[in-house]
Amino acid sequence: MEMLAAKGLDVGMEIPSLKPGEVNLGTSIMAVQFNGGVVIGADSRTTTGSYIANRVTDKLTPLANRIYVCRSGSAADTQAVADYVRLYLNLHSLELGKEPLIGTAARIGQQICYQNKAALMAGLIVAGYDDVHGGQVYVIPLGGMLERQPFSIGGSGSTYIYGYCDANFKENMSQDDCVDFVSKSLSLAMARDGSSGGVIRLAIITKDGV
Amino acid sequence: MDVRGPIQRTTEPTVTGTSVIGIKFNGGVVIAADTLGSYGSLAKHRSLQRLRTVGPHTLIGGSGDYSDFQYIIEQLDAELMEDVHFGDGKALQPREIHQYLGRLLYARRSKVDPLWNQLLVAGVGDKDKQVFLGQVDLYGSVYMDNTMASGFGAYIAQPLLRKAYRADLTEEEAVKVVKDCMRVLFYRDARSLNKIQIGVVTADRISISDPFELDTYWENPMFVNPSLTVKPV
Repeated sequence: MEMLAAKGLDVGMEIPSLKPGEVNLGTSIMAVQFNGGVVIGADSRTTTGSYIANRVTDKLTPLANRIYVCRSGSAADTQAVADYVRLYLNLHSLELGKEPLIGTAARIGQQICYQNKAALMAGLIVAGYDDVHGGQVYVIPLGGMLERQPFSIGGSGSTYIYGYCDANFKENMSQDDCVDFVSKSLSLAMARDGSSGGVIRLAIITKDGV
Repeated sequence: MDVRGPIQRTTEPTVTGTSVIGIKFNGGVVIAADTLGSYGSLAKHRSLQRLRTVGPHTLIGGSGDYSDFQYIIEQLDAELMEDVHFGDGKALQPREIHQYLGRLLYARRSKVDPLWNQLLVAGVGDKDKQVFLGQVDLYGSVYMDNTMASGFGAYIAQPLLRKAYRADLTEEEAVKVVKDCMRVLFYRDARSLNKIQIGVVTADRISISDPFELDTYWENPMFVNPSLTVKPV
């Protein structure tokens, strides 16, 4: 990138921006894997500029029985992507004859986000429980790459808690520890990020469901 | 193509990998990269695999946008699958993969919708045992050399690699040179990480190491006690 800048090309790092009036999921979202499932959490604030359009938003959207997606970025884009993923996942599981895998859901989301990267502003965390691999967390950031992680934080509020999460995350936490970790992290993020706030919506996904 | 607004823009990289470096030695090639995916200045993804094997004879290292790199690896895996199914007993050679990538990236650049990457291709031909090291970038530029570095590495590592290169370099020496260069890059590249992977390919084997940390040196007296740098009045 430095080389390109030296050649006089304007290649400043540009995060795609919201269109005027577009509704923003300002957001702090998070998902943590534990032995037996995942804990997911999100704030509940949707903003248009600095007006809070919805203070009780549900950013945790079900894609299948035990698969959820945490949405950040443009509200419209993420709702549309989630709807498409749910559709394709549904068709796929009908053919498959059983519940779809988390990785499948994540991959479908990734393909949509990658192929439409210029038009979308969507940061997704797909998380859930399946019988093959247990609890899993997959992150799909803005460009449309896909990575599985032990835990993931996303949204504008996440920037304020990178240090906290790096310091406090431990591998193989118990379910209760994960719930604690998610609650505390999101509280801190919401405290500092103007685009995050409201209530914390939390869900625990295990083999017994949500 | 960007569909927002009347001004057409190329896609911008979002999660990016920094330098990949490589050097030939007598009988093979070594390449290396760190495991960082930067989100602007944020060190967001610290365990990314930026080195991949493509078939039994070729290593690829990717700088630039990581989602485009994942896409390219998928395309290459599909090409390899086709090649296997073709069943002519001939496997895709490193220079053929290099050429393919050059055409792919040039085609995208000509549509003003580039795959925002600089890729290192390294391998050893299975029939001719030719050692190969080449680079392809987002413009579709295609070139080969004995030493190779993308990103920041082009400024910092390339001169060091060029100085160290000899036709009779051993694998051990090459790995050491590469490690030293990665260390310097960690010292001087603000978008780098201390965790790296090293890939080696020879006529008989191909491997990518697990990620490991480089030891770094901070004990120069002038680092430890900066007032030593102040001249006495």
